[in-house]
This record gives sequence, structure tokens and C-alpha cells, in this order.
Amino acid sequence: MMTKLFWLLPLLLFAALLALMGGNIGRSPEAVILSHMIGKPVPEFAFGGTAGAEGLSRADLAAGGAPVLVNLFASWCLPCAVEAPQLKALVDRGAIIHGIAVRDTPDDIAAFLDRHGNPFTRIALDEQGRMMLALGASGVPETYVIDGRGIIRFQHLGEIRAEHVPVLLAQLEKAR
Amino acid sequence: MRALLALLFLLLALPAQAANPVGMAEVQLEDPATEARARALMAELRCLTCQNQSIIDSNAPQAQMMRVEVRERISAGEDPDEVRAWFVERYGDWVSFAPPARADTALLWMAPFLFLLLGGLLLMRRIKR
Repeated sequence: MMTKLFWLLPLLLFAALLALMGGNIGRSPEAVILSHMIGKPVPEFAFGGTAGAEGLSRADLAAGGAPVLVNLFASWCLPCAVEAPQLKALVDRGAIIHGIAVRDTPDDIAAFLDRHGNPFTRIALDEQGRMMLALGASGVPETYVIDGRGIIRFQHLGEIRAEHVPVLLAQLEKAR
Repeated sequence: MRALLALLFLLLALPAQAANPVGMAEVQLEDPATEARARALMAELRCLTCQNQSIIDSNAPQAQMMRVEVRERISAGEDPDEVRAWFVERYGDWVSFAPPARADTALLWMAPFLFLLLGGLLLMRRIKR
């Protein structure tokens, strides 16, 4: 009797495997990789400004002021244009947003901001896109809540949609 | 005819150059041994946007950025394990295809030996009968 059951084992294992795979059908295969930098200080960086705005450095973020949003964007990034109205809404409701333009050129950034509006207080021109890996970003756009001591408190992946605006405002308040 | 062909190939080559993204000069390292070490690590780092590809296999811009970072760190004299640790610090164990040896991954590392043992036991039973 025992041995008979024993030979059923592979079949049962196979059934378990099928159930596991079946359960994943229809789910997005893309794992969302949150940055492991949340809770840690922003890495050392300093970039010059562009489009008439001052640049941004780690020292600016750790200067002890109110929490700010840091938005990774690029003129070649379509969702960055999509989220422009939400960035404006955030500014209208009192948020300070600094931009980091990744892998971009001053001319393209200026044209992009002319067309979609400029919500940024400071804009860092990161030509090589170094800040993406430094912050643990998985793509553009991404938005980070940085508190007054320069600690990364929250990460938003992808474009900001209308429903994300209150979430970000709440996270800013929480980071105070 | 030859000149015409050459012109045709030149025209074909143009779009490829135009598609090169901004700020992304990807150059191999001059020292072949260092490049080989960088490449060995690239094969073990997971691309973030194309996910189940390694960064050496992927054409995604993010993978390209990661390769640039790897080459720069390796050529600056960093150990491949240090570079891997730098990526893991930012993206977690997920970014490395080589699982870390820790208490919570012990079963994974022991699995081949456990299966070997199981197979051996089954074989023993067979032979004895």
C-alpha cells in the first residue's frame, strides 16, 4: 500500500506544479522592483542646472528644509509628458519638485519644458543617467520623496496619475 | 557598380547611428582580461526592464547603463563581488542571478545533494531487491 502511494508522488508533484503555474496565468510577468535605497540617504551627487534653473546636489537635499519630491524625467520619455499635469497639480498644492533630467540635452529639455510646463524648482542635468542606478530606479519617470535630512522616504514608479497625487502629498507630510 | 553598392551600404548604416541614445557611449575596456572580468559579471546581473535577460544579452537602455557602470567600476579596480554588492544594495538579491549563500537559501544550495541522496537511496532499494 505504502509503495503504491510512493509511486504516485511524482504525479502529485506534477499536479502541484501545474496548479502553481495555472495560478500565475494572467498575472503580469513584470516583477515590480522597488528600490532598496528607501530609508537610506541619497548617494553623493552634484549636477549643474539647465533650462535656466539651478542645479541639484546631495547637499541641497540634506539642507534641513521641508521634504521635497525628486522627479527623474527625460524629454524622450513619453510617460513623462503624460504626468506633466499631475506635477503641476502637486506644485499647486504646495509641493516642491526638483527634476533630474537623465540622458538628455539642454536644448531638448528646454523644448520639453516649453511644451509641457516647468514644475521644477531646480533641475539637474544628468547626461549619463547616473542617478538612475544610484537611486535604484527601474526606469523613467520615477518620483522620490526625500526628507529634510536627505533620506529617501518613498518611491513612486512610473508616471504619476491623478489618483497618485494625494498619495504623494500624504507621503510628503509623513516625511516631515 | 561597386561604388553604387558601397553607397547603398552607407545609406543603410545611417539610421543605426541616428538611433543611438544620448550620452551612451558604450566602449569595451582596453585590457582584454579586465573586459573579460566585467563581462563575466554582466552575465550574472539581471536586466531591470527586460527582467529575465542578463544585462549582457539585453539591448534595453537600462541594461546598457548598467554595463557602463560595471565596466567603469571594474576598470577602477573594484572586485566583481564588490560591484555585485553595489547593485544588490540598490535592487536587492533579485538583480543577481547567483543566489547568495545564507541561512535562508540553505535549502536551495543543498537541494542537489538532497536529490542525489534520494536517488541513491532509491537505487539501493532496487539493487537489494
